[in-house]
Amino acid sequence: MAIIGSRGRPAAPVPPAQSDELTRPEAATEASLTVVNWIDERAQLSQGLRWMMFRKVPKGINWAYTLGSATMFAFLNQAVTGVFLAMYYRPSVTGGAYESIRNINDNVFLGQFVHGMHKWGASVMIVLIFLHMGRVFFFGAYKYPRELSWIIGVVLLILTMAMGFTGYLLPFDQRSYWATIVGVNINGTAPFLGPYISDFLRGGPEFGATTLSRFYAIHMMLIPGLMAALIGLHLYLVMKLGISAPPWIKAQEPDVAIEKVEV
Amino acid sequence: MNQAEKEQYLREYALLKNEGKPFFPYAVAKDAIMAMIVMAVIMLLSLMFGAELGPAVNPTTTTYVPRPDWYFFFLFELLRVMRNAPKMTDLATLGVPTLCMVGLFLLPLYDRSPERLITRRPVALAAGIATIVCIAYLTYSGAVVGSPNQLVLPVPAGLTKAQKATFLAGEIIVGESGCEGCHEIGTYGNNGPGPLLTHIGSILRPGGIASTLKNPTAPMPSFAGLAKSSPKKFDELVQFLSMLHYNSSSWTG
Ligand code: HEC
Ligand code: HEM
Repeated sequence: MAIIGSRGRPAAPVPPAQSDELTRPEAATEASLTVVNWIDERAQLSQGLRWMMFRKVPKGINWAYTLGSATMFAFLNQAVTGVFLAMYYRPSVTGGAYESIRNINDNVFLGQFVHGMHKWGASVMIVLIFLHMGRVFFFGAYKYPRELSWIIGVVLLILTMAMGFTGYLLPFDQRSYWATIVGVNINGTAPFLGPYISDFLRGGPEFGATTLSRFYAIHMMLIPGLMAALIGLHLYLVMKLGISAPPWIKAQEPDVAIEKVEV
Repeated sequence: MNQAEKEQYLREYALLKNEGKPFFPYAVAKDAIMAMIVMAVIMLLSLMFGAELGPAVNPTTTTYVPRPDWYFFFLFELLRVMRNAPKMTDLATLGVPTLCMVGLFLLPLYDRSPERLITRRPVALAAGIATIVCIAYLTYSGAVVGSPNQLVLPVPAGLTKAQKATFLAGEIIVGESGCEGCHEIGTYGNNGPGPLLTHIGSILRPGGIASTLKNPTAPMPSFAGLAKSSPKKFDELVQFLSMLHYNSSSWTG
């Protein structure tokens, strides 16, 4: 197995000593190692995993570089709390979208807490995604060779805003209903595609019963699926290209070192 | 960046990376601490503010305030601000945001200078700060406009008793319907995105007002639902609007 040898890398795990009589914990270790080995023999993941975990990040990485993964955690929080909400939510205008949310808030164990985490998690995610984008912008981290990471990032930003917009309707109270009508109307004034997007969102020219189920499907399947895929791509690029170093950090003794590289 | 600059960057980066630390555990530790802070903040917000529900949807009564979530305030405000530039509303609503998005999207394609240090990128620094200030300002002013539900106008002279009752009823319906979220009436309401209604009675006939309410131009929502479910209320609303002939000097506040 390839070992990524470099200074500062933690030691590889030592295989347990072979003996005829195994104690219980040893047997358990042995068994789990067998399972891991069995999987790895087929999937060959460990090499990639090692590469991912022990790859180097450049000198000078600071706290501002945690904002991307923080955004990802906020997204995961939305996904998990969203699944629990979906277990109780009914996307039906007449069959009680509103009542089902009421029920979540009032009766379901920890319902209001989970609902609140989803609601506030959205705001937190928006804040984090803007901070992350600001970090990337001011560090010039979108420049060669990371242009594609930026472009995918902008799509993620738009999708995140779209999540906020489609989610706002779902509780189906007065405020969300009317704000969404206004929002869809505003969208309809956009050049070229605007009216088509509005018709697509409403499920027709009128704001009606299909609109809610459409928003629900978009909010919990279409956009999250797209986002998960794009976040995967975004992270792949981050790993492949390496995280940029802060622009004020300079390599030591560049002349000597460059010569070495060029040899 | 030309080819030489690209190679130069990759070389420098390889060196920096070589001098760096492994992702695990150094970067992972920071990420994990940050993730815990994020989760703690989300839980705290949920515990402190919960997830309140307003009254259930009722497309026929009109007590609503058409307000989006806070992170869309800047869009709504942009709409309001841009309205004052005539014939700009369509551009302002999604035209300006679309242009901004395209600009953001293509940023790495038109900003190709090899310089990364922000203090040596004056244009990027200025544009970045200007964007932040604009969005912060628009979000703030969107947040403080408050929920517009109140309307108390001086009753015009020379109304019959019945007309006066309609006028007072109309005030309440307008207040309930959130018209002031988009329209200014006298000293009440917001200056935009909708036009001033202070003297709408002198501009449109009742029929025109009624058809505007039923088939408005976006972004104004349609009030056809109200006309269907409670024609009396709708009629009072139309009558009330057509009684508005104020000019600015007739205001006492
Ligand atoms: C979401 C914002 C919004 C809300 C809420 C809203 N309007 Fe409007 N309204 C507009 C906009 C924007 C226009 C301009 C449309 C145009 O110029 O074609 C408009 C136009 C009008 C007009 C025509 C004005 C003219 O000079 O031609 C009338 C009358 C009107 N609105 C009345 C109302 C009433 C009454 C209410 C409440 C029941 C209301 N609006 C609620 C945004 C709104
Ligand atoms: C769902 C939203 C997003 C997630 C989960 C995400 C995640 C990440 C992560 C984990 C990194 C690693 C470095 C870091 O954390 O700073 C990263 C880097 C990067 N992100 Fe994002 N991101 C998101 C949105 C965006 C947006 C909106 C943009 C810009 C428009 C963007 C542009 C970039 C770029 C250019 C890098 C490379 C930066 C570097 O190498 O220094 N991302 N992203």
